[in-house]
Amino acid sequence: MLGDGILKGMAETARNFFGSFVSAERLTTVEYPEQRIPTAENARVFPFLVYDGADWEAGMRCVACQICEKECPPKCIYIEKSADKKPDYVGKQQFYLARFDIDVSVCMSCQICVEVCPFEAIKMDTEFELATEDRFGGLLFDRKELSRSNEYYHSIHPTEATEVDARLTEEKAKVEAKAKAAAEAAAAKTAAAASPAPPAEGGS
Amino acid sequence: MIATPWATNPFFVNLDQIFVLLRNWLVGFLPAALRPAAGVLLGVIAIVCVFPGLFALTTVFERKGLGRIQNRIGPNRVGPYGLLQPVADGIKSLTKEDIVPLRANAAVHFLAPLVLVVTVFMGFAVLPVGRNMVLVDMDAGLLFFFAMGAATELCVFMAGWSSRNKYSLLGAMRAVAQMISYEVVLLLSSVAVVMITGSLSLPKIVAAQNTYTGVFPHWYIFTPWGLAGFLMYAIAATAETNRSPFDLPEGESELVAGYHTEYSGFKFALFFLGEYLAMFSISGLGTTLFLGGWSAPFSFLTWVPSWIWFFGKVMMSIFVFIWMRGTLPRLRQDQLMNFAWKFVLPFTLLNLLVTALWRFMGEGWARWVVCSVILIAAYVVMGRLEMRSEHFGRRRYRYAE
Repeated sequence: MLGDGILKGMAETARNFFGSFVSAERLTTVEYPEQRIPTAENARVFPFLVYDGADWEAGMRCVACQICEKECPPKCIYIEKSADKKPDYVGKQQFYLARFDIDVSVCMSCQICVEVCPFEAIKMDTEFELATEDRFGGLLFDRKELSRSNEYYHSIHPTEATEVDARLTEEKAKVEAKAKAAAEAAAAKTAAAASPAPPAEGGS
Repeated sequence: MIATPWATNPFFVNLDQIFVLLRNWLVGFLPAALRPAAGVLLGVIAIVCVFPGLFALTTVFERKGLGRIQNRIGPNRVGPYGLLQPVADGIKSLTKEDIVPLRANAAVHFLAPLVLVVTVFMGFAVLPVGRNMVLVDMDAGLLFFFAMGAATELCVFMAGWSSRNKYSLLGAMRAVAQMISYEVVLLLSSVAVVMITGSLSLPKIVAAQNTYTGVFPHWYIFTPWGLAGFLMYAIAATAETNRSPFDLPEGESELVAGYHTEYSGFKFALFFLGEYLAMFSISGLGTTLFLGGWSAPFSFLTWVPSWIWFFGKVMMSIFVFIWMRGTLPRLRQDQLMNFAWKFVLPFTLLNLLVTALWRFMGEGWARWVVCSVILIAAYVVMGRLEMRSEHFGRRRYRYAE
């Protein structure tokens, strides 16, 4: 009959109307500032710099190699190298950052800086509330604002951070082993130089 | 009639008449010569304050209701439960720039929203919102109401034409076609009530329905012709106020915003206000004609003030408007016209005949059976014949395919 489809539709919307008052599962929206959906582990918004230990300046992994600056498609990274060098996590002498700025308003969250970094020093953050009242200075993040501890990295991307840590310790172990071997070899050499090799005990 | 002792209790009688007494008390301070004019002025002030207040509340409740229908929460940020949302909206529309297109006809463009709101307000003058609460008790009140209602069509066309925008003009053309088609139905469905009461005066129509058999009232919706008339009236009223599913004149997905595309700031707010006020006034008239106006739904509830019943019924109608908006998708122009001229209008004409039959068959159960059978049979047959699915089926394009 004419109009029964309308009645059926009206019944459906009435069920939604009253149902949304009694069952909370019906409401699909989240009251955003008070309630939040946890961000996905592989979410990415904006890069940050990782540091080890407690001091952000001393533990900074970045060695100012400037690869990310060169690769960045919208050119939003500005890096200045230090004049002197400091040892990095494996003990090698490296440059460190005198300046590292990222312009938030230019960054397009492409993650290319993360892909190219050979030092696991730059990673993507999941923090998305980057609004500010100052649209010039407030949108240019310097190295202090960009630095986040390795623990923070573990808290937002646990799987990835564990892999990175494993790789770094492996590399460090390799370097240490190599250094040890080299040291042993050197020690052996010096020992050999100091006391010439004993003559072969003949007659065996 | 079973009357409760409360109905004659002076407290409730005074509560029922509290606004009338208040007006008389205020007017009493003035010299006798000024009293009638001051009384009318107070009534006008009341109408101009109460209905926009209701409009403000309705906008927030509509958004919350639509949200609930779509399993959302709706606005809840401004004030407790989002109730101050209309204040924020009002401030926003007041502070926005008022843009007039360069090539628009500035005078007509300016006048359209004003004339719309004024004519819609005029309609409230004859609506009895409670016992003894009607601003102007005209003998031809119904006629006056429809005359004012017809003027809104002119405003819509003024807005669409003066904007010099193709979307505005298309929206206005649609609006005029739709409103004139359904205006006929609106009038003819009301004529049935006039045929039974023999009066065009709205207070008299309410008085005719304000009697009871046992506890049940004699509202016209409880008769076969009244129910049919009410349904046709409701359809026409929805089309007349451009509400979904008949919101073609402002169909945002095809016409930007229809006839008010080129309006911004406070003029747009006036259009918005006019639309909601038209909804209130047309619901008020429907309440008066078919739902017993300010009379109580049961004889033992007559002690409740009459204005509570009137506004309660109007708000119920508004709720149904919102409910329909949340349910039904927009019609196509040809479907709208087919529906008006092939189904609603013939059915309303038939309803006039049935009403005449009801009037002349006299008291008794026979007229109930005869009138109901005629109307139900007509509904089924016309629904089958006139609204065959070929009209509502997939659209066939003669040249484009």
